[in-house]
Amino acid sequence: MNIASLAPLAVVLPILGAALTFLLIRHTRAQRGVSIALLSLTLALECLLLASAWNGGTAAVTIGGWLPPFGIVMVVDQFSSLMLVVSSAVSLAVLVYATGQGMADGDHDAPVSIFHPTYLILVAGVSNAFLSGDLFNLYVGFEILLTASYVLMTLGGTGPRIRAGVTYVVVSVVSSVLFLIAIAMVYGATGTVNMADLALKLGDLDPGTRTLLHVMLLVAFGIKAAVFPLSFWLPDSYPTAPAPVTAVFAGLLTKVGVYAMVRTETLLFPGDTLNTPLMVAALLTMVVGILGALAQSDIKRLLSFTLVSHIGYMVFGLAMSSVAGLAAAVFYVAHHITIQTSLFLVTGLIERRGGSSSVDRLGGLAKLSPMLALLFFIPAMNLAGIPPFSGFLGKVGLLQAGIELGTPLAYALVIGGVVTSLLTLLAVARVWNRAFWRRPTDAEHPDPVLLAPQPVRVAGPGAKLNSTVTLLPRTMVGSTAALVMVGVALTVFAGPLFGLSDRAARDMLDRGPYIHAVLGDAAVAGTTGAGGTR
Amino acid sequence: MSVNLTLLIVMGALYACGIYLILERSLTRVLLGLMLLANATNLLILATGGYAGLAPLFAKDIAAKDYNDPLPQALILTSIVISFAVTAFMLGIIYRTWLLARQDEIQDDAEDRRVAATPSFDAEDDAEVPAETSEFPLTMLGSDGMDISDRGASGADTTLHAGRQADQPPATVLAGGREMPAEHAPAEEKPGSLNIDPSPEGGGK
Repeated sequence: MNIASLAPLAVVLPILGAALTFLLIRHTRAQRGVSIALLSLTLALECLLLASAWNGGTAAVTIGGWLPPFGIVMVVDQFSSLMLVVSSAVSLAVLVYATGQGMADGDHDAPVSIFHPTYLILVAGVSNAFLSGDLFNLYVGFEILLTASYVLMTLGGTGPRIRAGVTYVVVSVVSSVLFLIAIAMVYGATGTVNMADLALKLGDLDPGTRTLLHVMLLVAFGIKAAVFPLSFWLPDSYPTAPAPVTAVFAGLLTKVGVYAMVRTETLLFPGDTLNTPLMVAALLTMVVGILGALAQSDIKRLLSFTLVSHIGYMVFGLAMSSVAGLAAAVFYVAHHITIQTSLFLVTGLIERRGGSSSVDRLGGLAKLSPMLALLFFIPAMNLAGIPPFSGFLGKVGLLQAGIELGTPLAYALVIGGVVTSLLTLLAVARVWNRAFWRRPTDAEHPDPVLLAPQPVRVAGPGAKLNSTVTLLPRTMVGSTAALVMVGVALTVFAGPLFGLSDRAARDMLDRGPYIHAVLGDAAVAGTTGAGGTR
Repeated sequence: MSVNLTLLIVMGALYACGIYLILERSLTRVLLGLMLLANATNLLILATGGYAGLAPLFAKDIAAKDYNDPLPQALILTSIVISFAVTAFMLGIIYRTWLLARQDEIQDDAEDRRVAATPSFDAEDDAEVPAETSEFPLTMLGSDGMDISDRGASGADTTLHAGRQADQPPATVLAGGREMPAEHAPAEEKPGSLNIDPSPEGGGK
């Protein structure tokens, strides 16, 4: 009995929680308790998985008694367990935040009662995608999380959300169909969908067929990860959703796409066949994304564009297919999930405190709420890559790997990366200057809340003012602060984390541990695999 | 692997119709297109299973190659269930769009249009820095070189201290509609845009 054999619980526990919270749909308090407890339990379990992957290397779990090339297999390696831990930590923080928001607003909206079950299903889908060892199960994981995200995206069914939801659903369904077509073609060409088995069999295919399959998969994942030519749906659809939902989408959903791209590139199609187009896409993603961010006046839209832009960094690291580049990309994914989510959470707080998320209407927040200013400042500087923070370390890792590679395209990407970093700084500095530093009266359309006399600041339940809404509930600020602290912790523990990323990158590029864990010693025959652990 | 030609032709026709339909602006047609694409893909998966063989029930006297490949059918079953759920959800959304907007078309993103229409001149970023930036303006100069405190009654109200505003709450609301220099006007929104009329979640709290 190995710790790693508990891996399916990372998917089962949230689904169980979803079922329970669905039964408790009339009991909001019990719902909150159950979902937070189960997600904490999942997080603890995933920490154990990470520890076991750290010590014991890659392990695989077969499900339902079918041997690996045929049955469903879940693989725990350093990359997937790191992703699991980071994603669950982030989703737990967002869940607490959403709970705080629900308590502060009194849960008058009926649809909110389906928030908890849907959210837990989303978490289950994300975990399933990270753990799955075969392409079709990856597809199922994607569909679980996407279907949950459709519901969360259109929560409440207001006009703007439905409009954004339509775009989002159609684009996601098209990308899923592309993925499914790719799976069908892969199965037609090789007769298997198990990724370890595919890693052995795809190499024997005709190069033309292989490139076709490769491109199909990359396009499908590229839409989900919002890589440049396929990224236009994201800034259109994310900003309208409720703040916690946008936060968790920004943190997790695109990263699942990036994760799938990493697996495709390293495990299924090693080598450098498509590295040049990927690098060009990475460069364009970075630059076009950040230029889009500079034009926005709504903070949520601005952050959505920076999200697209920074996906470019990860694709850059991936496209180098060197240990240094991949390690930096792994580190950057972990960093970016945390930072981007905390920025969106802070934006939710800004919207509550300042009455708007448009920088044209905000002002003077630094004076009204210094805590909020601090919570925005740290992750914003982290995102831009200011030296002590993890954003800087991740970018330095990428740039070093790029210079090591030394091709003209790599140098272009290094320059593009630096420029993007500076432009990100410009974008967040604009938000800072306008929303936090200037006086509210200098805003073009200052929100009445900002101009109101001070007492609103301490308005709580039972305050004399007509406002019944707590502007900054403690739970929401606390969970945001916790996530910001996790971001800072990534900086403090960057050394061990980079070590882990480095080993994860080595194992992924080597492919041996993964194939060995899934198919066993007689990997070439692929029939005797006990599916056990190494 | 042998492939059924009829299946392939039907699949191709479904893909063609599906792609044509998802490029429409009408949501119902987009939905139909997505359904056609999903079904075409199901046929594709079916085709990867090869020719139709015997049902995969194990018997000792049947050679392994005579069985049908059961895996593609398992995959199709999963994909049918998923596309069923998505179709139901899409129908819900389309109905909701109809209730809200009384039309079955994809709506434009108002904020997108607004950003696209914003001139590259930014009233705040590109303005000349006022000569006096202290909190207690005596002669604070705007970008037009005129004294800011001269700009009408409502503008002057907002620069007064907070105690005065507490007596007159409506004055703070008026501050949004203060008079502006003409060169700043293009950066302002037209009535009815998002910023004037905040989203249901945006303002008010």
